[in-house]
Amino acid sequence: MNREAYEAVIGLEVHTHLLTRSKLFCGCSTTFGAGPNENVCPVCMGMPGVLPVLNRRAVELAIRTGIAAHCEIARYSIFDRKSYFYPDLPKGYQISQYETPICKGGYIDLPAADNGEPRRIRLTRIHLEEDAGKNIHGENFSLVDFNRSGVPLIEIVSEPDLRSAEEAGAYLRQLRAILRYVDASEGKMEEGAFRCDCNVSVRKRGAKEFGVKAEIKNLNSFRFVEDAIEYEVGRQIEVVEGGGRVAQETHLWDPARRQTRPMRSKEYANDYRYFPEPDLPPLIVPPELEEQVRSSMPELPADRKARYVRELGLTDYEAGVLVADRDVSDYFEATLPDLKNRKSAANWVMTEVLRVARDSAEPFADAVPPAREVGALLRMVEEQKISLNAAKTAFAAMVEKGKGAEATVAELGLAQVSDEGAIAAACDKVLAAEPEKVAEYRAGRDKLFGFFVGAVMKAMGGKANPKVINEILRAKLKG
Amino acid sequence: MASELNKLTIGEASSKLRAREITATRLTRDCLDRIAAVEPKLHAFITVCEPEALEQARAADARLAAGNAPALCGIPLGIKDIYATSRVRTTCASRILENFVPPFDATVIERLRADGAIFVGKTNMDEFAMGSSTENSAFGPTMNPHDTARVAGGSSGGSAAAVAAHECLGALGTDTGGSIREPASFCGVVGIKPTYSRVSRYGVVAYASSLDQVGPFARSVRDAAIILRTLAGPDGRDSTCSARPVPDYERALTGEIKGLRIGVPREFFVEGMQPEVENSVRAALDNYRSLGASTVEISLPHTGYAIAAYYLVATAEASANLARYDGIRFGLRVNAEDNIALYESTRAKGFGAEVKRRIMLGTFALSAGYYDAYYLKAQKVRTLIRNDFERAFEKCDLIVTPVAPTTAFKIGEKMNDPLTMYLSDIFTISLNLAGLPGMSIPCGHDSNNLPIGMQLIAPPFAEETILRAGDAFERTGAFKPRSPAV
Repeated sequence: MNREAYEAVIGLEVHTHLLTRSKLFCGCSTTFGAGPNENVCPVCMGMPGVLPVLNRRAVELAIRTGIAAHCEIARYSIFDRKSYFYPDLPKGYQISQYETPICKGGYIDLPAADNGEPRRIRLTRIHLEEDAGKNIHGENFSLVDFNRSGVPLIEIVSEPDLRSAEEAGAYLRQLRAILRYVDASEGKMEEGAFRCDCNVSVRKRGAKEFGVKAEIKNLNSFRFVEDAIEYEVGRQIEVVEGGGRVAQETHLWDPARRQTRPMRSKEYANDYRYFPEPDLPPLIVPPELEEQVRSSMPELPADRKARYVRELGLTDYEAGVLVADRDVSDYFEATLPDLKNRKSAANWVMTEVLRVARDSAEPFADAVPPAREVGALLRMVEEQKISLNAAKTAFAAMVEKGKGAEATVAELGLAQVSDEGAIAAACDKVLAAEPEKVAEYRAGRDKLFGFFVGAVMKAMGGKANPKVINEILRAKLKG
Repeated sequence: MASELNKLTIGEASSKLRAREITATRLTRDCLDRIAAVEPKLHAFITVCEPEALEQARAADARLAAGNAPALCGIPLGIKDIYATSRVRTTCASRILENFVPPFDATVIERLRADGAIFVGKTNMDEFAMGSSTENSAFGPTMNPHDTARVAGGSSGGSAAAVAAHECLGALGTDTGGSIREPASFCGVVGIKPTYSRVSRYGVVAYASSLDQVGPFARSVRDAAIILRTLAGPDGRDSTCSARPVPDYERALTGEIKGLRIGVPREFFVEGMQPEVENSVRAALDNYRSLGASTVEISLPHTGYAIAAYYLVATAEASANLARYDGIRFGLRVNAEDNIALYESTRAKGFGAEVKRRIMLGTFALSAGYYDAYYLKAQKVRTLIRNDFERAFEKCDLIVTPVAPTTAFKIGEKMNDPLTMYLSDIFTISLNLAGLPGMSIPCGHDSNNLPIGMQLIAPPFAEETILRAGDAFERTGAFKPRSPAV
């Protein structure tokens, strides 16, 4: 099979929960982790006679996301009813947006991959809709938890601009970064807050027309999206190479067997019978509201990255790593106030802090010491109160025991000795003990200088300021 | 001997209650006694709330004793069984909700409670408000108090009959295509369908959301105005509810209509109409002219398309609104081997024939490939009908028409012919499509002593015009409604 002769054409539909306190059409809490059916009311249970009232915050967050993704914000959009029967869908229809989404067009820029160009992925639309509840199946019974019913979602639909599983992964990471920067979403996959449908087709490289696409539904992690696309692209190339035709069908990803399998047509062949939701007036976004949202927009990752390069003197790469995750970027900035050397702080966060975060199962904020303590630690290095190595030792202890920088350095006795008298005395001792090496050095064996520094450091228990040792030794050896 | 306080109008009863000449308990007792006496013949109520009503009456008496009670304090009302009432079941006249007790009150129920009104019971109706005769109730039809072999009209037939038969002083109905006005006409009482969005729909079991509207029944225009004032007004739980302030409707009842321009649409006086209906309405128009109003012939050219448009829009919305009756969370459940079979058996057993017919019609109208030809087309017709009225109201302030082409028909007469049944709403349905306010008031009797209703129609939010004109007609005494035969 000649995989290289083909290219994949991929479009993604991402569903993500919006970070509102209450649900899209009622006042119930959106908090995750409540007991079954605790966050419910007649409205989100679809009781007879209830009516939806739109959550203003959800509209603002959708607009924020749209602005961040360069979309056109619709002045006028409407909600529609999407009808299907399922036990977790209380009204028998979902309130969604069909023909008139709140955000139209737009794009997301992907940073250049290794030996590649930056890529611009166009968006088709972003629309608002409500989530359904959750079915829980027992051996011979089923239960439904409606806590999630009515939680606000946005669906972000891309154009078929993605060309590989890796690119799809990069798009999702970039999208998640944007959502987190604008406080629209936490993008927490484990809580069902993120779901993705992929439309995948293949075509001969250079071909203009699209191949027949298959849809892979309901992927709930970036990893599954990448794996499923990778598998599906391979499968489709095999079908085409074998002279067959790809069937236009809907697949599910089986993560255990690492395969897609077609759903039975009964499972997806719904006629949703969309029509305008008569219980909600049209959603009008006056220019003033859009302007108000625009003026309250937080800094976006691309802007922040540019600022790091321009104002902090970081490289493009360093800035890119730091801004990729808003938590990391915010953390980095919180270490800065008392530091002169921004670059070394950036390095510290990128290496020491990120390593600790990676090795921990805890969320970032809980896994790493408070940013201001790391700032204090780095300031001690700057002021030569401790060595860089001592700082690493102290940092490990701070992660381990949770104490502050000062306390940890004091407790472990890591403070550097800069007292010239003490260091001079140690130097004298070392030189007196090694008259032959002193003679050799003076005869021109410069390399021995390191030996003397090491010996002095050892005599000082490793805590002497190496700069001071250098100065004193040099003066004495000239002697 | 019975005191027969139940025969008082709301205005009269309210004055006597506040003057402490009568008690709410006595008034309620008289209504309950009347209910016990006539219900076997009428079946206006699905659920009579005797203990709850007496408890409310005691509370109302305490409030009346303290002084400053609202006009509706202590007034016994009938509530159509489509309103969510906490602690009392809300069946919508359907098997599927036969034992459903809502955990909340509809907004209008909350408002009436706050005013101290008393709910004597939940009234009969066509299942899910689908029908024009109350024969589609899963619990049996309501009989017309003027002739128990005849229908009370529908879908709010129970409310109309209960008010006509003095089982309560006023009642709540809902009107989607004529469901307040047609039964008011058939039973000889006043019924108002306000402007769409004038009254909150929160807690009113939805039939067709863009057409449904809440309204009162009463035995006089003044009484209807008193109830409407409490019902109307903005509601944070209904996003389609208007924010306009509510006028004091009673103050509009000046009796003065000099200079009022009344439009008479030629399309509403059609072949095949019962001649006595036309004669009564024309006589009422003469009456208006004698009071100083002028009449002008107008045209509403798209009237002929109203029924077709209505049965597409209403059934499409109903097909989605009724999807929630799936046996999962509340109401009837008929267990089966899987989800789909559970839905099928629950809905097969729970819904009546007319409800099933409308769900199927609406599902079809919204199906892929048919949406544009049916639903979308019907919405365009709706716009044309609205435009017709807008143009007509350039020439007149009020439109007067018959409410229905005939007086009350015989029970069973039209049950096997849904299309003929649908034509009962031919004069009322276009108001719902256009969102306009309309009122039915009694204006005559036919040779069988059956009441005839006249429909008054005004531009959006001009309820005051309707009320003033209706009240002025009542004051002439040209026509005195008769007490029902029951």
